[in-house]
Amino acid sequence: MSRDERNQERREESWDTGEDRVGEQDDYRVVGKNERRVDALKLALGRGTYTDDLALEGTLHLKLLWSPHAHAHIVSIDTSAAERVPGVVLILHHGNVPRIPYTTAGQGHPEPSPYDQFVFPRKVRFVGDRVACVAAETERAAARAVQLIDVEYELLEPVFDPRRAIEPGAPVIHDEPEAAGLPDYDKKRNIAAQMNVTHGDIDAELDRADLVLERSYEVPYQHHACLEPHVALTWLDEDHRLVVRVATQVPFHSRRILARILRIPLRRIRVVKPRIGGGFGAKQEILLEDLPALVTLRTGRPARLMLSRSEEIVSSRTRHPQLLRWKSAVTKEGRILAQELDVLANTGAYGAHALTVQTCTAGKTLPLYRANAYRFLMKTVYTNLPVAGAFRGYGGPQGFVALECHMDELAEKLGIDPLEFRRMNVIGPGHDNALAQALGEGKEGPPQKIRSCEVLECIERGQEAIGWDRRASLDRSGVVKRGIGMSCLMHGSGIPGVDMGSARVKLNEDGSFNLHVGATDIGTGSDTILSQIAAETLCVALDKVVIYSSDTDHTPFDTGAYASSTTFISGMAVKKSCLGVVRQLIEAAAEMWRSRGEPVSTDELWVEQGNVRRPEGSPLSFSDICLSTFYTHDQHQIMDHGSHMSFECPPPFSADFAEVEVDTETGAVRVLKYVAAVDCGVAIHPASAEGQTEGGAGMSMGYALSEHFVFDDTGRVLNDTFRDYKQFTALDMPHFETILIRSFEPAGPFGAKSVSEIPTDGPGPTIANAVANAIGIRFRELPLTPEKIRRAWIDHRTNVEELVK
Amino acid sequence: MKIELRVNDRDVSWDCEPHEFLTEVLRRNGLTGTKRGCESGDCGACAVMLDGREAPSCIVLAAQAAGHEITTIESIGSFEAPHAIQEAFVDRTAIQCGYCTPGMVIAAKALIDRNPAPSEREVRRHLAGHVCRCTGHVKPVAAVLEAARGMEGES
Repeated sequence: MSRDERNQERREESWDTGEDRVGEQDDYRVVGKNERRVDALKLALGRGTYTDDLALEGTLHLKLLWSPHAHAHIVSIDTSAAERVPGVVLILHHGNVPRIPYTTAGQGHPEPSPYDQFVFPRKVRFVGDRVACVAAETERAAARAVQLIDVEYELLEPVFDPRRAIEPGAPVIHDEPEAAGLPDYDKKRNIAAQMNVTHGDIDAELDRADLVLERSYEVPYQHHACLEPHVALTWLDEDHRLVVRVATQVPFHSRRILARILRIPLRRIRVVKPRIGGGFGAKQEILLEDLPALVTLRTGRPARLMLSRSEEIVSSRTRHPQLLRWKSAVTKEGRILAQELDVLANTGAYGAHALTVQTCTAGKTLPLYRANAYRFLMKTVYTNLPVAGAFRGYGGPQGFVALECHMDELAEKLGIDPLEFRRMNVIGPGHDNALAQALGEGKEGPPQKIRSCEVLECIERGQEAIGWDRRASLDRSGVVKRGIGMSCLMHGSGIPGVDMGSARVKLNEDGSFNLHVGATDIGTGSDTILSQIAAETLCVALDKVVIYSSDTDHTPFDTGAYASSTTFISGMAVKKSCLGVVRQLIEAAAEMWRSRGEPVSTDELWVEQGNVRRPEGSPLSFSDICLSTFYTHDQHQIMDHGSHMSFECPPPFSADFAEVEVDTETGAVRVLKYVAAVDCGVAIHPASAEGQTEGGAGMSMGYALSEHFVFDDTGRVLNDTFRDYKQFTALDMPHFETILIRSFEPAGPFGAKSVSEIPTDGPGPTIANAVANAIGIRFRELPLTPEKIRRAWIDHRTNVEELVK
Repeated sequence: MKIELRVNDRDVSWDCEPHEFLTEVLRRNGLTGTKRGCESGDCGACAVMLDGREAPSCIVLAAQAAGHEITTIESIGSFEAPHAIQEAFVDRTAIQCGYCTPGMVIAAKALIDRNPAPSEREVRRHLAGHVCRCTGHVKPVAAVLEAARGMEGES
């Protein structure tokens, strides 16, 4: 088929169905190409303007007083000494701000998280909770004043262990009458969310199984470590409206929630997202913009609040620690009959994302392998520890540690190669995901059917790349022993029936287009990817698209950068808008030709490389069309907008492999090689998809081996600096191979699915499985620190020696 | 107090407080490419060159920089003529959120200035003090190696 015919057909088909056709992808000109990212050069030059790169005259600087106690009533707050510090302008605390219950979780309305927070609490619930905030002329004055605030506390018994928190007689953390959650909310028992879902006759399957295996796993706290801490700058514009410049993933949710807790009309607030220095879910919280906003509203002056690294580690948000119990029923041939997952999650002092992170722990893991029955039991409980929230992977990294370690343990019991065991049971195209409906997102979800799925190809290509065949014959004779492990993964693309993105496209006189999107690039590359989708649809080069994103005054709505939704959801909104513009361009060209006495039918016309073409005669450039429609004939602005929501949530799939070296004398694990074979549909920007994979896996390698919170017995985080909180550095990262396996997802723009979260799911179980392969010890608790491994190795050796005797 | 120093090939005389660190003073004077990530010298986002060597400006007192020569990201490359290291970071898709990038570019320049043909191991060791949560360090390391190879050809 010629390009012209293709264009013609694509137009007709796309207008009718909004869907792409399989087999079309080899013809893409912008999509699937590693174009220069639209923002890369300015960032390389250090010219990207992040929130704190704007300085306004007369700005007040804010500092917070954080709770030194894990659980205490605030009896009194005396600010008189603090007020006398030169430069102090305003001190906020629970006595002088509105008391409105809300959740910091930046989710759609109504948020499926409990309303259990106030701007300032009367009772502090963890070491690092908000007590008061000083606004002063300088940061130093604010910091000095914070130290002079005199607070009298009545200490309460804290509870740190989630198992203890749900026992009768445990201290009640949320005893305030206003706190409210979803129907199963049970604050008297410290339960922020709970769930009990069964599909199929699980007890019958357990009864008839040849083998029932039950194991418990434990995963720790993790810090997001966005290099740019949370920061917000607020001011009143010339129309006396509140402008909030904030490092956020959710500008529209921020505006909505701020309007409610500040008690001002939403129309008086403009939230602007500048360049963002990483989010990973931490910035899906309305974490701190309320405070500078309050200061600006009360003083009329600009106000700025930026967290220090230590504050960021302790007082922002974290990954939910979980205790997971996995039980499975299998036949002796290796067929899985039933799977049961029981999760006890710790949300810390507040319940941001308490329900939905945990439903995703089940939703991403349980459906990966075929079974006749499933059961999911879950409780998310309050403790007097730091607050958990959204974190890239959103429950997946926790769940896959349990599932994929369990799969290896099952395979070992059955005497089947773990790769073969996965291949026997993994789902494929056409599979109905029965659980998705029951789990939902705070309500029942839409039914899901798998359409694009190349997981078997991921396994095949991944095992070749790592050399799975070498697994049995690796050298384990010395002190340093080698092992290879794997895992299979799936994730999602957006929240079905919930996430919505929108876009607007308009034509300029030089044939370029302004693309306005609500979608929020937080470093993921979505500004580039959405521009590529626009350029492909409009048949122009990438540099003809000028993107502007995330400003509640100037761009249409988008739920925000979370749930792996931007390419899949917002990308389709961009595509729809551009298809509308293509139609308008064709109609305008036809009208121009008609007015010149050269009548044509719009059905004969197509767009190609910045022109509208006809079967015979010269084309009209987009520039000519714009000049004509602006100034000469049938004057109007060619522009369109589109919105997209999907009831489908196509999962990307991955097979991850790791080769490790374990030093049995020091307990140190070195990851030598990591392979991630990922099916993310059509990768719109392959190098960015690789980058997401490398970065996501890198962050979870720390989760596997080194990242966790160390607490003292008062609930204080001891490792609250980058020196003591160990992430993977350039020296630690292994040789990394990303293999993008192409599938075509009919529900996504140009066949795309998501890729941003799935890589965080892999390293936990993959590395644990590789370590087990290396030294013959199964670890069920992350991170695998040298201390843990060394201790286990000594015990293991003692046992072996005793057996030999 | 007043400090006199040379910043990006220009002699400047800046006001600062005795307790202030160099990051603050640079940023206050419009050089916002130097970032704040940890304020304890552990993340590398604030890296500048001090007399040609990489230094974490968040733990260098501004007063200590008096009389010295400072190079910040703003003087390395321009939109019209980016430095080879910056070109490599762009071409290799080694930039995601970009917050660590100025520090990484400074680090790479400090390395290549002294060691024009670094090994992969040397690059990794040199970037080890730079936290990057987005890229997993894979593409930044590749970019620095590519830049070094390209620059070797030039000289």
